[in-house]
Formats: sequence, structure tokens, C-alpha cells
Amino acid sequence: MNFTILFFGITTDLIGRNSLNYTSEEKITIIELKNLLKTEYANLKNMNEFAIAINEEYANDDLIINEGDVVAIIPPVSGG
Amino acid sequence: MTQRTSIKITSEKLSILNCTSFVEDDSCGGIVTFVGTVRNSTQNKKVTLLDFSAYEPMALKEMQKIADTILEKFPIHKIAIHHAVGELQIGDIPVIIAVSSAHRKVAFTACEYAIDTLKETVPIWKKEHFEDGEVWVNSHP
Repeated sequence: MNFTILFFGITTDLIGRNSLNYTSEEKITIIELKNLLKTEYANLKNMNEFAIAINEEYANDDLIINEGDVVAIIPPVSGG
Repeated sequence: MTQRTSIKITSEKLSILNCTSFVEDDSCGGIVTFVGTVRNSTQNKKVTLLDFSAYEPMALKEMQKIADTILEKFPIHKIAIHHAVGELQIGDIPVIIAVSSAHRKVAFTACEYAIDTLKETVPIWKKEHFEDGEVWVNSHP
């Protein structure tokens, strides 16, 4: 299963890129993805403090990611 | 039907006049505006510039949600929420919110609700640049 991950704010600097095409053997939830990313990128150790959006809507940790979804990593926002 | 919300993210200079012109109406007794400006220091450190970036399609949706909620919750006539992205210098304007209503009190309340909510939910980030480095601002440390 493939989906896209977008990185914003501090996370772009932490992993040195804006996006990633991600492949997973089976369907995973957001919290499972967070744990995988923490393992794969040591810099993302604060991953649990970041919000996640799926297809441009905030999503809870237990939501299952689907083929083709756009998953955005949203560190604490600071607009205004 | 007349559009009652104006939502915009732009790398151009924001215009206070555009926002107040959009919301003004003969039925209204007042317009409340919030204009954010880039401050020259943070925690006694001199700021040289701010760099704003957005997850634009989602940020526009979240700004629209704020405007729609306000029209639902408060007797407001119109609301404009405009945000700038890119590099902004000291004194530049990153955000403008303008609200019009028949009576002033509710316009103040709605305007404050809009800026407070924007700072919590809209996916926009600022990086502060100092003379000796830069840091992503974390509004909820």
C-alpha cells in the first residue's frame, strides 16, 4: 500500500525534505505510522507531539490510512 | 447570494483597506479589525525577519471553517481573514482580520475568537531569523 507523507515547519528541517512516498506491507493507523517514523528517523523523536492531517483534515491517532492518502505531519502551528 | 467571507493566503502585501472594504455595509454600525505586525524582538533577542510557510490548501479550509463558525455563532455581517506567506520584515503585516456587525460588542468578540482560533488550528508556521541564527516558533511549547 502506498501513500504520501508531507512534512511542514520544523519537521522539514529535521528530515531534510518536504515529502516522502511511503510503502507499507499492510494497512496501518496513524499511531502506527508515528511509531514507524520515530524508528526510521531518529530526529522525529517528538513525533507524538505533532498533529496529523489526512487529505487536508485533522485526524485522530486511531484512524486507518488508505491507499493514495496524503498524510501531513503538522508540528505546533505558529501563524498570526 | 452575496459572499459573506473573504479568505486569502498570499505572498503579496496584505491590504487593510481590501479587508475593511469587503466587510463594510450600510446595515453595520462598525468594523473591528485585528492587524498582526512583525515585532522587532522576541525574548529580548533582535529579530531580523520572519519567514511564514503554510500547508496552503488545508490552511485555507481551516480559515474558512473559522469564518463559517463565526457567521453561525455570532450576529456578524461579514468577515475577512487574510494571511501572508514568505519573508516578512519588521513592521510588515502577516495577518488581517476584519469583522462587521450592526453592533460593536459582538464584532470585538468575533474578531478575538477568529485570531485566537487561527493561532491554534491553521497550519501556518513562522521561522524567526536572528542576527546569529534562526528558530521555528513553537506556539505551544
